[in-house]
Amino acid sequence: MRRALLLVGMLVLTAATGARAQIAVAPGVANSEPPPAPSDHAAETLYDPGAMAAARRQLALEHGGGTYSMVMANIAEHDAGGDGYRWEGQAWFGGDIDRFVVKSEGEGGRDGVDRAEVQGLFSRALGPYFNVQAGIRQDLRPRPARTYATVGFEGLAPYWFEVSGALFLSNKGDLLGRLESYYDQRITQRVILQPRVELNLAAQDVRETGTAAGLSDAELALRLRYEVTRQFAPYVGVSYDRKFGAAADFARRAGERAEETRVVVGVRAWF
Amino acid sequence: MSADTVADDLPQAGTVEMGKDLHRRHLLRGAALLGGALAANALLPAWARSATGGPVSRSPTLSGDDIALDVGHATVQIDGKPHHAFAVNGTVPGPLIRLKQGQTARIAVTNNLGEDTSIHWHGVLVPFQFDGVPGVSFPGIRPGETFVYEFPVVQAGTYWYHSHSGLQEPMGHYGPLVIDPAGPDPAPYDREHVVVLSDFSPVHPHVVMQRLKQQPGVFNFQKQTLAGLLAGRDQTLKDRQAWAGMRMDPTDVSDVTGSTYSFLVNGHGPADNWTALFKPGERVRMRFINAAAMTIFNVRIPGLKLTVVQADGQDVRPVEVDEFQISVAETYDVIVRPTEDQAYSLTAEAVDRSGMARATLAPRAGMTAPVPPLRARPLATMKDMGMDMAAMHMGSAKPSSDTAPPPGMAPPTARASAESMAGMDMSMRDPLNAPQVKLGPGVQTISPLPVDRTGEPGQGLESVGHRVLVYRDLAALEPNPDTRAPSRALEVHLTGNMERFMWSFDGETYSERTKPLAFRTGERVRVTLVNDTMMAHPIHLHGHFFELQNGYPGHNPRKHTVNVAPGGKVTFDLTADAPGDWALHCHLLLHMHAGMFRVVSVRPLGGAAA
Repeated sequence: MRRALLLVGMLVLTAATGARAQIAVAPGVANSEPPPAPSDHAAETLYDPGAMAAARRQLALEHGGGTYSMVMANIAEHDAGGDGYRWEGQAWFGGDIDRFVVKSEGEGGRDGVDRAEVQGLFSRALGPYFNVQAGIRQDLRPRPARTYATVGFEGLAPYWFEVSGALFLSNKGDLLGRLESYYDQRITQRVILQPRVELNLAAQDVRETGTAAGLSDAELALRLRYEVTRQFAPYVGVSYDRKFGAAADFARRAGERAEETRVVVGVRAWF
Repeated sequence: MSADTVADDLPQAGTVEMGKDLHRRHLLRGAALLGGALAANALLPAWARSATGGPVSRSPTLSGDDIALDVGHATVQIDGKPHHAFAVNGTVPGPLIRLKQGQTARIAVTNNLGEDTSIHWHGVLVPFQFDGVPGVSFPGIRPGETFVYEFPVVQAGTYWYHSHSGLQEPMGHYGPLVIDPAGPDPAPYDREHVVVLSDFSPVHPHVVMQRLKQQPGVFNFQKQTLAGLLAGRDQTLKDRQAWAGMRMDPTDVSDVTGSTYSFLVNGHGPADNWTALFKPGERVRMRFINAAAMTIFNVRIPGLKLTVVQADGQDVRPVEVDEFQISVAETYDVIVRPTEDQAYSLTAEAVDRSGMARATLAPRAGMTAPVPPLRARPLATMKDMGMDMAAMHMGSAKPSSDTAPPPGMAPPTARASAESMAGMDMSMRDPLNAPQVKLGPGVQTISPLPVDRTGEPGQGLESVGHRVLVYRDLAALEPNPDTRAPSRALEVHLTGNMERFMWSFDGETYSERTKPLAFRTGERVRVTLVNDTMMAHPIHLHGHFFELQNGYPGHNPRKHTVNVAPGGKVTFDLTADAPGDWALHCHLLLHMHAGMFRVVSVRPLGGAAA
């Protein structure tokens, strides 16, 4: 039944589209060719062409040619009852299509930073909602530091899910992958619940970095923020982190837990 | 500012370096005439001053053959708070310029800012070199320079002027311009008030723009929420899911809202309560000008009928309404006849109902009337996405006018509307529906079924319970000057991506496509503007009036700015009778700034060929 309705709808649509085309050449409207676009500029007959050319460059800058920037810390938090902390954020600079992006995420505790990485990426808009990104990822912790070439995507999926994914190839030949997604559920105009998931994957075990082949670790979190302003929002949250397979074994052998639930307080801010 | 200081400034001005002979000639003539002219510019009663005192506006009325304006920094008071502004002759709005049809106007504009400036005479037919768009009409006015505009005043009506440089207009660089007809006015009046509506944010417009690029919904505090769903407000869960699946937000009515804007009447905030006086029984003409950067207003004076007599400066057959929507850069003249000895509130509600401009019309200063509360904000429908389900089911875009209630008086739509799901399988970005549009990241949607919505009230006015003005109410008082059949048709798509705050024509910003839209001098063209976005766009063409095709052949209303409803389309016939280069753009200034701007060229420059 639905399919039939759809078919009828599409037929009517086709007919209506045809009707629209007819309006464009409605009775009484002739069909002469448009003139070619002139290459001259009227104002140059009266004003200095050099001054006009400069003004046109400025006009283009002010009518679509602008560049903008943003710095955002989506996560900047501390364990409510412990020493752990975590951050995740990014900054971009550029126009509508091409941008330079810096991303960083990491975590630490009483003994210092356990994990820290920074990425420098070129980003290009591919469609209305998605960007492709490529560049370098540098891991500063754990030691020994790794450098990766990276290619990935980020964007807005249907139902307002922010999603991103990337592949990382290290200077040691290790291949890693990452998938992230979060969703902002508005409870009121200013109270927003953000479920977030991050999955880290690998093509092989990497003992030095505690990485396991397959799904290496996962972070699941719920953060409830209050937007004092749109740009500044303190939050409370709960985060469940788990390492899998060999990664869990590596962690246990290092005296760490393979599974952890944390209650966190933090701030989401951007400018 | 005295005549002396202006004259002293002139020899230092660097204008002679920028132009050719013509420029120098105008500059020198302007200098010679300026002294006497300013003395003749009697400072008439401050039109923008409120009768209730409050912040004293110094805006005078300037008239005569020679007028001097200076653009500079100023501090303005809005609802008791000081703000930095760009001001013409020290006030926001700038002075009322009052011209007479048939005169020649010479207006010397001195730039006291630290950056280039300009003045565009909005709706006034001037030679292209005096149209005031830097990079199109002229190079702009450098800091410290004086530029003299000179043009014959060929028309009458209510217009305005504003900067066309950067984002100076949102900072206060605008003012009203009224041209009295050479003959008798077809809509005589006992008293008149000029009502300049605008919006003002303490946040610099470049920062506002940056915020929108960073997070397009940043100013919207009327989104749908879980709390609203549980309370049974707004869309049903099913509709919300459908819209979320399309990544479309039905509350996205205005990009910039009352969360940062104050809405002003003649520079006065709602608490300032600008007050205009009348004597009961008088015919009061109110000249409404929407000089806002980003705000479409719904205007009403509860208790009074509004007789619309002019639109965009052009006389129309009088039509009586209770409320009208005025898009950005439009003007409407209305006559009201208050007969009671009482005060009336004038409200100009932002289209998204996030705030209002408020003023009072009263027989004596100090009187007030109840201010109607803000009404519920509108939610966009499938029709606003260019999917007219009625047209789809009936195979016709035309509502049957026999049974339709008068505009504004439709019964409220049920919350669980049956319309919503039907269009879900329709492609919202089918290139076949707009072959000329470049499908890039800047094009979120293409209206699959755009319809002519000139017979519909503006967004959110469908069911307000009283008579609302629609474009199809407007018929030109005088016969149209050119009734030739168009020699060709042209379609221009209004395109955008609300998630990236990108706006363009045919999928390309001005910065991407500087090639002009070409016309032959004297040629008559049928132009259709198709809105492929879910927001209204007031499209302004410089240097021309066009005849809106709304069903009054020979008496179609002539406009300089037309509001194209979300997902709708508008058709007008244009006689390209003004040789030169002209701007065509969305007058939501941040849309223009994002790239929704094209140059229209009319050639040959020599004269009427076609």
